Order: sequence, then structure tokens, then C-alpha cells
Amino acid sequence: MSEIPGDLKFQKSHEWVRIEDNGIARVGISDHAQGQLGDLVYVELPEVGANVEAGNGVAVVESVKAASDIYAPVSGEIVEVNDALGDKPETINEDAFGDGWIFAVRMSDRAELDALLSADEYAEQMEDDEH
Amino acid sequence: MTAKTVLNETHRALGARMVDFGGWDMPINYGSQIEEHHAVRRDAGMFDVSHMTVVDLHGERVRDFLRQLVANSVDKLTAHGKALYTCMLNAEGGVIDDLIVYFLGEKFFRLVVNAATRDKDLAWIEQQAVAFGVEVKERPDFAMIAVQGPAARDKVIGLLNEIDRDRIAKLARFSAAAAQGPHGTPLFIARTGYTGEDGFEVVVPEDQAVAFWNALLDAGVKPCGLGARDTLRLEAGMNLYGQDMDETVTPWEANLGWTVALDQGRDFIGRAALERQQAAGVPRVMVGLVLDDKGVLRHGQKVLTANGDGEILSGSFAPTLEKAIAFARIPAGEPGAVRVDIRGRELPVRIVKYPFVKAGKPAAGI
Repeated sequence: MSEIPGDLKFQKSHEWVRIEDNGIARVGISDHAQGQLGDLVYVELPEVGANVEAGNGVAVVESVKAASDIYAPVSGEIVEVNDALGDKPETINEDAFGDGWIFAVRMSDRAELDALLSADEYAEQMEDDEH
Repeated sequence: MTAKTVLNETHRALGARMVDFGGWDMPINYGSQIEEHHAVRRDAGMFDVSHMTVVDLHGERVRDFLRQLVANSVDKLTAHGKALYTCMLNAEGGVIDDLIVYFLGEKFFRLVVNAATRDKDLAWIEQQAVAFGVEVKERPDFAMIAVQGPAARDKVIGLLNEIDRDRIAKLARFSAAAAQGPHGTPLFIARTGYTGEDGFEVVVPEDQAVAFWNALLDAGVKPCGLGARDTLRLEAGMNLYGQDMDETVTPWEANLGWTVALDQGRDFIGRAALERQQAAGVPRVMVGLVLDDKGVLRHGQKVLTANGDGEILSGSFAPTLEKAIAFARIPAGEPGAVRVDIRGRELPVRIVKYPFVKAGKPAAGI
């Protein structure tokens, strides 16, 4: 398993969030999640400008095997989506924590970050899942 | 309880991701399902299919028994080793299972049936066999490895005892023969498969299966999981039991009419029901679908037609085509403009004749 970057926060449902300097939260799925899904073949992205609520499904990633909802880890406005995934959904398989990001949210409530897991807590949860 | 094939540890050592498949702990992939798919289309891949059930039938009246048991006609089997694909039906014409019958002698036929249907198949076969005095013998002592792809036959033949090579190289499609593998391993080699590619399905004694698998690996055959097996068979237009047909579906409704032999005077189980349905008109048909838009067709999605709604049976992204394809069962009649409901969006799909892929390439019109 690849290293989990320590600056990320996680949801139990395997989305990661990276908080950027300008108060933007960039969101993707973990390397563990892409491995479970297998080869990704399609990503359904949200609309830029849409308002999303933490916990709601806002995107869908489809592997050869199955479709999975991606839940917003934080509330706010979608300010950017990763259009490159349209042609190259496998970017998520190749670089889940980097170029495979899915969308970015301008957060409306930073306090929601407190409910997310730290990288260590997420790693522990995965270990528990495997037992 | 999850069952394990004799190759279970071998799969894990190769880094396989394991899943439960019909009660068996099987490899879904060894890394990338798509790469495994392409390996079979372009070169050679191998699948552990030891979970499938081999059943040997012995007795004076085996042929008569099979005339009644299955919907295709075993009278087509005259050459030693010849194989026949058929459905086994219930009295209502519903499909209990699909299987392959091998003719190994007038008193000896071999069946290979699905893993998930093993228990009900054996119970049914044993029940029907009593009246014919046929002995039904499951062969859990066998493992089975499918080696598939344009280079598959050569790779297997290279491992055989020299005296067997020419004979196995000349083995006709849908036929089987015995041969000796490495170190005298007795193999039953069938030129059959579930990928649309040429290749062999090899029955090997369980205690020699790991060695044979490793010999294939050394010969450059890529291990492939059940994930790739599923996309390969769907592209090749082959049905999956439980998803594309079951006991509530007749062969007419599963595009398996070509496997039903309405030969004169043969009263196979389900025949009367099939003839009634044929005379009354078959209410549902199975069709192939292609989605040209982005998205993936999946089992259970609703299909909208001019004659009412149908349903996606097998559906997946097709790696050879780089778009989604599916089988669907829809009401009979001119369907009009067909759409599929994907998460509340109606996307147009094309009805096509399948196989979707032939000889490793997209079929004409796909």
C-alpha cells in the first residue's frame, strides 16, 4: 500500500480532502479505494457553481466492476472539477492523492473539518476493515 | 463456508484480489482487470476455473439419458471427444443450468456445469438418472485451468509430451482429448472457452494443478481473474447463468434458441413447454446494446422501449471497444428508440447483433 499523505483529512467512505491556502478543499478518493474499485473507466463530475452539502453524493466513479458514489466531505460551492478525468479516468488509479483529484469546494463551514478523520485515523480504520 | 480451489495460495502469492464467487474464494484480478482482458485478446491468459463442477456419467444408457436431460441433441455427438453446449431445462422450459457435454464413449459422457448451481444440478441429474441406471459421479479430484488467447494453444502444446503435440495441435474446435503434460501429468484438453478467443480448457488432477499453473506462468501465460473473464465473455456474446438466464427464463427468451434441437421423437424435459411458448409467441427477447455516450451499462438498469420496459442483464464497460455494452431482456416487437435509465438520466442505446468482438477486434456494426 502507498503512503497516505499526512496533510489529508478523510471520510470513512474513502474520500480525501486537502485544504489549500485559499480556503479551497480539494477532494478525491484514497489509494485504498481505487485499489478496491479496480480499473476506473468513467467519472461523472458535478457542475461548477453547484452548492453541495457534506454527506451528499456529488460525483460517481465507475470501474469496470461497479459504480460508486462520491460523497462531499464538506459543504460549499463547487469551484473546480477535474475535466481531465473525462478522457483519462485511470488517472485516479495511477495517482489517487494527486492528479486524480475529482473536484474542489469553497467551504462554507470550516468547522465541518473537525468531523473528518486524520490520515492516521483513516489508516487505522482500513486496518480494522481488513480484520 | 467459503470453498477454495487448490490454486488459492498460488493466487494470493501472485497478489490477487480475492472475492466470493458463488461460495468460492476466487481471484477477481491480479492488479489490472483491463490489462488481463487485453492479454487474452492479444496473447494468452489463464483462469483458474476449478470451481466449476465436472460430472462423469457412466452406464449402458447414458446417451438415452442425455437425450431426455438436455435441450440440445447429444445425437450430434458421434466423434470421440466431441463437445456440445446445451441448456438443462425444467418441465416449464426454464433453464436450470447451461453446460458442456463431452462424448467420451457410448457408456461414458462428461458434463461440466456451473459452480454456483452445483448442488441443484447434481440433485436434478441424479434424480433423472435413476430411471436410466446411469451412475452420476462428481469429480472433485480435478482442477481446471482455461488458457485463452491467440497464443494460448501454442503455449499449452509446448508443455506437452512430444508424442502428443501434433495430435493436440490438430484438435478440432469444441473437441477434447487426453494428453500428457509436464512430468507425465495426465491432462484432459478441450478446445473450448468462455472468452471468444481460441484456446484450451484443461482438466488436471488436483495434486498436479499448481505445478501445471506454474509451468504455464513460466511459458509466459498471464494469470487473469474472474473480472476479465466476465468482460471477455460479454464481448464474445456469451451468456452468464444467473444473470442472463435462470429457471424463470426459457432459451427462446435468452437468445439460446440455437442450442435447442427440436429433433423428431425426442421428448426432452421442457420440450412441451418450449413448443407451447413458441406457438403462442415468445413475449420477451434478449438483445445486445451499445452505449455510445459516456457511462456504463449495469445489471438491473431499466431499458425503455416502445413496447414497455425491459432490463439490463449483463452490462459492463467493454475494454476492447472502450465503451459500455450489455445484454438486455425487452418486450418482443419493434422496440423503437431504445433508452437506458442511468441514475435518472435517459441515455440512448443502439440494439446490435452480437458478438460485440470477433477475433480480438470490434465486430462489424459495433
